[in-house]
Amino acid sequence: MTYDVIIIGSGPAGYTAALYTSRAFLKTLVLSGFEPGGQLTTTTEVDNYPGFPKGIMGPQLVTDMKAQVERFGAEIKQEVVTEINKESVFTITTQSGKYTAKTVIVATGASAMYLGLPSEEKLKGKGVSACATCDGFFFRGKVVTVIGGGDTAMEEATFLTKFAPKVTVIHRRDEFRASAIMLDRAKKDERITFLTNKIVEEILGETEVTGVRLKDAKTGEMIDYPTQGVFLAIGHKPNTDFLKGFIDLDPKGYVAVKRAETPLSPQTETSVPGVFAAGDCVDPRYRQAIVAAGQGCMAAMDAEKYLETHGTEDHA
Amino acid sequence: MADVTDQTFDAEVLQSDKPVLVDFWAVWCGPCQVQGPIVEEVAAAVGDKAKVLKLNVDENPVNAQKYGIMSIPTLMVFNGGNVTKQFIGVTSKDTLLAELNK
Repeated sequence: MTYDVIIIGSGPAGYTAALYTSRAFLKTLVLSGFEPGGQLTTTTEVDNYPGFPKGIMGPQLVTDMKAQVERFGAEIKQEVVTEINKESVFTITTQSGKYTAKTVIVATGASAMYLGLPSEEKLKGKGVSACATCDGFFFRGKVVTVIGGGDTAMEEATFLTKFAPKVTVIHRRDEFRASAIMLDRAKKDERITFLTNKIVEEILGETEVTGVRLKDAKTGEMIDYPTQGVFLAIGHKPNTDFLKGFIDLDPKGYVAVKRAETPLSPQTETSVPGVFAAGDCVDPRYRQAIVAAGQGCMAAMDAEKYLETHGTEDHA
Repeated sequence: MADVTDQTFDAEVLQSDKPVLVDFWAVWCGPCQVQGPIVEEVAAAVGDKAKVLKLNVDENPVNAQKYGIMSIPTLMVFNGGNVTKQFIGVTSKDTLLAELNK
């Protein structure tokens, strides 16, 4: 059986796309990937997704999106796509099967980046973490650091004060990318201190984290800073490695979507006709759940239109 | 899928004559909600060859601490009372089954 649409990814972009395609009676399969639910599953309170006046927990928001999609009959499989090929239809290979579809929506999102140090790899799960909401609990009464200067870093630092008596935010510059409200909240918290212009050179410890080696970005001076936990919040990288050579990516790995030819052209089409993309895998700029959801809707409507004009002639 | 607790850990895991997969999890951990159904599938697929149990780290701090859990989900395979393999973070059904079918 050939699906009308296969959606790769299960964050707000993927689920919104699936909501629209399944409501349009298109036979829809969602392949939810190695991190089902995406980045929302590792967040806490979401206060900037409209419709929830008291806020909503990120994991709950995406669980509710999934339930809404299931109500309209989309199939969801917890599989990771390894390859896509185009013949008369698209063939999508996962670790456990092959599926065919007339159109594909790429909504694979982005994942937390690590520093790439061998010492960091060695100490993952032994004090090095990229998910404060998952692992903060294990740092009750301990002294921890958060690496990064964006909203994620501020959110993680604030969250960690529930457990850790002292949280240090270490940032390589002295300016912060974090939004004013998040930065302000962290700065007002007396349990959070800031170390700026410091680059993490090494994570110290044998069987568990004991500190970080920092280099001053201006003077080059090295210091060893004791800490028992290192939480990384240094940004995200798009999950597009498996698409290399199949569709055009920009130099940083984001999926390149076609610029509008006219205001009525599809806005989410990739370099391969019939393949659309939405959410953080195309978006290095906004990276918000609400934007991903909006783009997921656009990709679904573009796929639906594509099927109306191409679907029947090509594949009858 | 059965739970294991600090009270039953010794009998259920350490004294087991079969390999045991233990899923260390908590309700507040998003990725653990993802891991849960995967572990259920592993339990169904592995049949009698191994035991599959989950341990709530909130309610069972003794074993969470004893095994140095600092990140969840963590999945540990026990053979003859010893940890023979450990996976940190969401781990696929295939990876877990391959380990249990060794």
